[in-house]
Amino acid sequence: MEYLVIIISTIFINNIVLAKFLGICPFLGVSKNTSTAVGMGGAVIFVMVISTIMTYLVQHYILIPLDIAYMQTVTYILVIAFLVQVVEIVLKKVSPDLYQALGVYLPLITTNCTILGVAILVIQNNFNLLESVIFAIGNSVGFTLAIALFSSLREQLDTADLPEYMQGIPAALITASILSMAFMGFAGLV
Amino acid sequence: MATTNYKENFLNGIIKENPVFVLLLGCCPTLGVTSSAINGIGMGAATAFVLVMSNLAIALVKNVIPDKVRIPAFIVIIAAFVTVVQLLMEAYTPALNEQLGLFIPLIVVNCIVLGRAEAFASRNTAFASVLDGLGMGVGFTLALTLLGTIRELLGSLSVFGVKLVEADGMLVFILAPGAFITLGFIIAVMTWLKKRKPAHS
Repeated sequence: MEYLVIIISTIFINNIVLAKFLGICPFLGVSKNTSTAVGMGGAVIFVMVISTIMTYLVQHYILIPLDIAYMQTVTYILVIAFLVQVVEIVLKKVSPDLYQALGVYLPLITTNCTILGVAILVIQNNFNLLESVIFAIGNSVGFTLAIALFSSLREQLDTADLPEYMQGIPAALITASILSMAFMGFAGLV
Repeated sequence: MATTNYKENFLNGIIKENPVFVLLLGCCPTLGVTSSAINGIGMGAATAFVLVMSNLAIALVKNVIPDKVRIPAFIVIIAAFVTVVQLLMEAYTPALNEQLGLFIPLIVVNCIVLGRAEAFASRNTAFASVLDGLGMGVGFTLALTLLGTIRELLGSLSVFGVKLVEADGMLVFILAPGAFITLGFIIAVMTWLKKRKPAHS
């Protein structure tokens, strides 16, 4: 039950993009059409779950025993950058199909702040390993949901007749605002 | 000649290549922390510090770093300065630190910092890099402060924490949708002004 609450609250109520403002860059940058948006979402789900497990283990078996928890930021970003490289190499060898689908998005993920953000949030919330994994799944699915919905809205926006100065980013941001308002409707669900 | 160049390095980040309004970099903290003007300034100052210091450090060591590992090396340098900021803010401004929370460690993955390191500091002198960092930092701070002021004014009818009218504002501007819509309209106004200018002159 507790796990279900984590999933629902991370996907709908505290959606990582629309309520917590993490991962805005890919949200605006890679949302021009739905298939790329879903590809990016898939890559984020994949990397976020693995990186959360890795950083959790690093935190509890390396940083805390050595009493160097203040090195958190430096260590995490290195772990994530390293992990993204490894995932890229492994995927290329093991599953060329999956690599084809996710490959181009992987390098972008190192600087996606959702990954580092979730890794730090997990530690701040004192989750255990299973809760952390659930939290990572919920957040990355929430990211995918937000970016997929947003990209389908933006595809419609391209055909709309807007004043010149509203085209592109301003219109996209206002659409995002309305989408985020819709997600506020989920507040109080849990 | 040299002096005008330095001036340009500094001014570039404030207007022509303003990181938020023109380059659209670093949107996460821009939207996430600007529910009040004070938060905007705090976040801007922290980012500006990291920008200046990492630009300086990278410009100084750029000849020693092999080209292939330069991005990881830059990230480590940036992360080190972010940790410095984190520790300083925990010690001296605990209240602000609480407000900004997660967004302080996330300066590491702010595209502005790595972007300037790669685009400017890795191929310019230390002094020019510091000016560039300072200009970008000031531009970022101004943008955040402007956004924070508008949201605070509309959302709670106050400016820098001082209540102007004893009434409730439009709460939605403090919440998430307000951030998106305010930034959207600011960028629209900027584009409109830019499009209009050539016609006048």
